[in-house]
Amino acid sequence: MENLLSIFLTSMLINNIVLTRYIGLCPFFGISRNLANSGMMGLAVTFVMLGSCTVTWFVNQFLLAPFGVQYMRIVAFILVIASFVQLVEIIMRKALPKFYSAFGIYLPLITTNCAILAVNLINFDEAYSLPASLVNALGTGLGFMLAICLLAGLRERLESEELPRSMRGAPIAFISAGLLALAFQGFVGIG
Amino acid sequence: MPELGWELKKGLAKKNPIFMLMLGLCPFLAISTSVENALGMSAAFSFVLLGSCLLVSCIRRWVPRNVRIPIFVVIISGFVTVTELLVRAYSPTLRERLGIFLPLITVNCIVLGRIEAFASRRSPLETVADALGMAGGFCLAITSVALIRELVGTGGISFFGHTWTLLAQSIYGFQLSPGGFIVMGVILAALKKKGVI
Repeated sequence: MENLLSIFLTSMLINNIVLTRYIGLCPFFGISRNLANSGMMGLAVTFVMLGSCTVTWFVNQFLLAPFGVQYMRIVAFILVIASFVQLVEIIMRKALPKFYSAFGIYLPLITTNCAILAVNLINFDEAYSLPASLVNALGTGLGFMLAICLLAGLRERLESEELPRSMRGAPIAFISAGLLALAFQGFVGIG
Repeated sequence: MPELGWELKKGLAKKNPIFMLMLGLCPFLAISTSVENALGMSAAFSFVLLGSCLLVSCIRRWVPRNVRIPIFVVIISGFVTVTELLVRAYSPTLRERLGIFLPLITVNCIVLGRIEAFASRRSPLETVADALGMAGGFCLAITSVALIRELVGTGGISFFGHTWTLLAQSIYGFQLSPGGFIVMGVILAALKKKGVI
């Protein structure tokens, strides 16, 4: 139990996927203009991480490991992620049309979000058990959501500020992210 | 061949994948802590980009339009697997330094972006010029940021066993994640001030 809690805290705060590990930066800067969209993206990412990690754990355990072809993990994992995202999209469109209209546009973007592949690879490298993989996926996803929502909040406020012309847009977003990352360095003490 | 020259050159400055298009930021910020790592990452990235673009360009007539993305992704991940096995065999230290960012080249937006926008429509010769230019632009960007971060973060530059100490004081924060974001922000602001972007 204690071990799972430490995995959760490490993946969410200490090794935050975006601010400490530098993974998943494209959506982090691309979508963080608006707080509501960022929250939706964070939820979608967490959901896909949980789902794909479950599938890749079984794929690894019953397909890759028995035949000793673990070096094929990148090809296998990316196929699992792409088809999982496609499947979720189809099911959502048929069964939950309301949900789909809110989430729909983020799903295709998620396939090429490196955070998803990264969390699967981390689970593989650390040889986590199924519960540990799921906890790691949940922590990583929530960490992504926390980081993107924090940055979106900052950027929404910066919109209305008088900034020097050359700082507007991307430059100030990077510098805000740098300051956020500096704050997250403080969590290193917990571990 | 004036067009071929343009395809080659545009990646370096006018359409630099990092500074102009803001793609592929993850390995760019994570690996730009030292010049040596930056060059290693550039080599691995260039191999994957060049190989997968060339292959896609050669088979582009036989790829059905609506399943093209899965086909491209499988081709890219195949090249990444080859690169990973090669790096593991010949340079275990490089593998250690690149860590998870070596397999993550698979989902690098520059590779898929160039394939989708360029390689899947043009002849192999033009594709090679485009891929070389983009790889050069990536290498230029990551090496220049790595130079700043290594110099300020450790106070010197180390390169294949030689170390030159140039600054008396160093700010270690530039080696950590906040430094990368801030250096990138300042560079973008400077480029904007100059009117480049």
